[in-house]
Amino acid sequence: MNNYHLNKDTIVALATAHGSAAIAVLRLSGPEAVTIADSVFGSRSMHSKELHKQLANTVHFGVIHDDEIILDEVLLTIFRAPNSYTGEDVVEISCHGSLFIQQQLLNLLVKKGARLANAGEYTLRAFLNGKFDLSQAEAVADLIASNSAASHQVAMQQMRGGFSSKIKTLRENLVNFASLIELELDFSEEDVEFADRVDLKKLIITIQNIIVRLIDSFEVGNVLKNGIPVAIVGKPNAGKSTLLNAILDDERAIVSEIAGTTRDTVEDEISIDGVLFRFIDTAGIRETNDTIESLGVSRTYEKIHDSSIVIYLFDVHEISRNELVGILDELSSKLNGAELVVVGNKIDKEDLEYTKPEFSGLGEILFISAKEKQQINELKQYLVTLFDSRTINVTETIVTNTRHVEELRQTNIALTKILEGLSQNLAGDFLAIDIRTALNHLGNITGEIHSDELLANIFSKFCIGK
Amino acid sequence: MTLKTNILSIFSLSLSTMFKEYDVIVVGAGHAGCEAAAAAANMGSSVLLVTMNMQTIAQMSCNPAMGGIAKGQIVREIDALGGYSGIVTDKTAIQFRMLNRSKGPAMWSPRAQSDRQRFAEEWRLMLEQTPNVDFWQDMVKGLLVEDNKVCGVLTGMGLEIRSKSVILTNGTFLNGLIHIGEKQFGGGRTGEKAATGITEQLVSLGFESGRMKTGTPPRLDGRSLDYSKMEVQEGDENPEKFSYSDTKSLTEQRPCHITYTNEPVHEILRTGFEQSPMFAGRIKGLGPRYCPSIEDKITRFAERERHQIFVEPEGWNTVEIYVNGFSTSLPEDVQYKALCKIPGFENCKMFRPGYAIEYDYFPPQQLKLTLETKLIDNLYFAGQINGTTGYEEAACQGIMAGINAHLKINERDPFVLQRSEAYIGVLIDDLVTKGTDEPYRMFTSRAEYRILLRQDNADLRLTPKAHELGLASKERLDKVNEKLKQSNEIIAYFKKESIDPTEINSELEALGSAPLNQKVKLYSVLSRPFVNMQTFCKGSERVKNMLENYSPEAIEQAEILMKYEGYIHKEHEMAEKLSRLEDLKLHEDFDYKLLSSLSAEAREKLHQIKPRTIGQASRISGITPSDISILMVYLGR
Repeated sequence: MNNYHLNKDTIVALATAHGSAAIAVLRLSGPEAVTIADSVFGSRSMHSKELHKQLANTVHFGVIHDDEIILDEVLLTIFRAPNSYTGEDVVEISCHGSLFIQQQLLNLLVKKGARLANAGEYTLRAFLNGKFDLSQAEAVADLIASNSAASHQVAMQQMRGGFSSKIKTLRENLVNFASLIELELDFSEEDVEFADRVDLKKLIITIQNIIVRLIDSFEVGNVLKNGIPVAIVGKPNAGKSTLLNAILDDERAIVSEIAGTTRDTVEDEISIDGVLFRFIDTAGIRETNDTIESLGVSRTYEKIHDSSIVIYLFDVHEISRNELVGILDELSSKLNGAELVVVGNKIDKEDLEYTKPEFSGLGEILFISAKEKQQINELKQYLVTLFDSRTINVTETIVTNTRHVEELRQTNIALTKILEGLSQNLAGDFLAIDIRTALNHLGNITGEIHSDELLANIFSKFCIGK
Repeated sequence: MTLKTNILSIFSLSLSTMFKEYDVIVVGAGHAGCEAAAAAANMGSSVLLVTMNMQTIAQMSCNPAMGGIAKGQIVREIDALGGYSGIVTDKTAIQFRMLNRSKGPAMWSPRAQSDRQRFAEEWRLMLEQTPNVDFWQDMVKGLLVEDNKVCGVLTGMGLEIRSKSVILTNGTFLNGLIHIGEKQFGGGRTGEKAATGITEQLVSLGFESGRMKTGTPPRLDGRSLDYSKMEVQEGDENPEKFSYSDTKSLTEQRPCHITYTNEPVHEILRTGFEQSPMFAGRIKGLGPRYCPSIEDKITRFAERERHQIFVEPEGWNTVEIYVNGFSTSLPEDVQYKALCKIPGFENCKMFRPGYAIEYDYFPPQQLKLTLETKLIDNLYFAGQINGTTGYEEAACQGIMAGINAHLKINERDPFVLQRSEAYIGVLIDDLVTKGTDEPYRMFTSRAEYRILLRQDNADLRLTPKAHELGLASKERLDKVNEKLKQSNEIIAYFKKESIDPTEINSELEALGSAPLNQKVKLYSVLSRPFVNMQTFCKGSERVKNMLENYSPEAIEQAEILMKYEGYIHKEHEMAEKLSRLEDLKLHEDFDYKLLSSLSAEAREKLHQIKPRTIGQASRISGITPSDISILMVYLGR
């Protein structure tokens, strides 16, 4: 019990992304945060600013110095417990963004008594200090890992409690249902009207519809978080690798590696207009000797199976209309719900007037030149339009957390059992078991379980008592 | 020394030879006190039962009935533990009903109408027959406490009687204040004096006390009622009983009647509102929401045109009638005028008016799970003093306090029932862990595992434990084991033997159940909706003959266990999962104030309640799952 150093030591870590940038922010959190900062911070002439006397939520300009050596000019912000992210004293230092300076400052702060934070430790502290409930804490983890505008918005909404409040409403509905069942059981001798089973069934169906919608939203949420999987398939030498590079190249700068994400590489992700796309099995594409000989290769099918968008790339000079028709036919049968984008590569301006008519009537085909970066932007825009903004409306509640969706699935199973029970005219005490199971699973998301609330609900609504 | 104290000291000197040092002194002889005295005495403790009035031992202060939904299960549990409540009820019942028969077996709840006077008399006779129980009529006005340990009581007569432990079961008597309209007078029940002194002393010792309120309806002269205007409510055709022992079930019963209030009744009642002690705020204590007064009902549920009234006879021979559903503290003339507007009551004569009573209780978070107080060693509280309501709730605390007082002074391990073992476990855990603002009554919905806590298996659940404690005889245990053995044999037969379509199809069709195409195991046919043991007996001579070798209780047990196996299994699993949290022990003297990561509320609550396990901690109101996560982190999980 004693070897847990929670809240006793002061931790430090880089609060911004690793890598070089204009500025970087270091964050100290813990009881010694201000003291440690004070020991290295001063005016340009290195006079102490006596940070412990400064007000909370104030910003100070000065230098970080290691004894006599000035390391950087910085802005320093003071937050005091409990009004900070972690609920502890926090000092944030905005320094210049070179890797060298970041490293120097971190080393210095550790030398002065801070400990390098473990992964997720700031959020853990915030959670332990009551700054978040469970689902909010999980949303923060998502927020940190979010690298597209849409997933950021979902995470923000969840952090503000949007998801929690949705689940709360559902729970309330279910508590009402449970109360009606309990009323029949504990108060069967009372002179109150018991709920009609048909109405009860309707109530459960309504609740279940919402739950199912939330579960479905997980796929959308997952896509937002992890990127829409895109596969590029095509014959060897169709130009897949070139196309991939062409798509990724321009945007490389805005794709940043963010600490704590689970992905090994972010090279093959790209955010277009705030929508994240992820190109799968790009290693295969990048191999110089592409082993994919034809569409029949099972690996290609696996790739297609895992994608939401399949780009079929062909060399306009190397394929006949009939051959393309055959391939597209076969491909269509393997799509598994993914969108197919047919792209003709290696066009040049002169070809276009011949090639276009040759492949006309085969549905929409985009013609590009990967090598010359012709029409690449149009292709990207086209990918964004496939991301249907009507079905993926980020202002709606979207479930993004695996644990949450699992709880919702369990809730749904219990609800299905309740419906079965209702149609079999099962006695209320057995229905109640499944209702409680459903309530517990919902409660596991927001963390509230009270057996007394059923009784309170009954007493407030029904005239009970002889 | 004045003459007066001189005489008293001589008096107490002479009596002190009669009063040896008792093992257990029980203060109060209501349902809690009687069960406490019986349990401790039957385990071998010498017991003194002190009551203010020997004529009102085991008095039913409110309605003349035992059991009901969830409460009936508790009486069965008390009986399985070796308590007397079930036996006394069986011997003095005038009507028996098994409530909720149309629901699943966990909901079946025995309820009996009792003969009020015979009930009290039977209790007294049984206690008189119990070795080791002495009686003393007096008011206890204080406790003898040395080094935070109780060592006896001080009585109104000035006696000091010493004991190794004391169980307080004061009911509504501590500073009891009765209200009828604008009148108020001290009293523990109508016509009986209140008890004073104990609350004040306990508060000075550091206890927190509060006020609660309850009420009771008027009693009428049955000769003045016109029953032809009311609905009849008969007892069961084949009445069962409470006790697992060999008490007899009723051969003759008395009916109850049902009538209703109406708008004119409500109109008259409203004329008394200005004088209502509730509405005028003279009553400070909180009353039970599930047992509201009639004035409360017509106010809170103003849209209802009528409320149900149960007309319950008070006994075999008496003409006194209990007007269940008409609890009130309005002025007696308003009560009378309103009653006269109820169909069947037009010419009614009142024996006594309804009244409200306020009394002291001690928020039960101040207790351990053994019902011993945290502040004073060997001092136990049971019944309404802990904020509960109901005879059954009181009685079961009494037996648990009696058992634990005996165990403690004999340095044996405490006896605590889990929430998955008994309603008694649910009740005490709720009280000690969550406390209560209003008088606490048991409901089946308070139990997480009610499918396990059935009235048919209380003996299987608890009698082996009671036998170990020395409360249940070898005979009783043998009976339980025989029931278990028989039930297992029936289950084995049903799982092994098949039934032919020709034997059962006509019965199945009659039930609207699909006919069989081939031989099927008895067990799988039984799991169908509407099919029960009777179905097989009707269809198959073979099954009928087999079952004739077994007791009805064993057959019922086997039927329930097979028919609801899936649900029972699921609850067992859930209970086991939870018991893992119950196995994570927390130190009683752990300083929660050091855990700054807990919310201030959690620190405060944990410090106050000192839960014994993580499981108990998780049930404290205001303790969130994140608080539990933090505790687990500190426990190194």
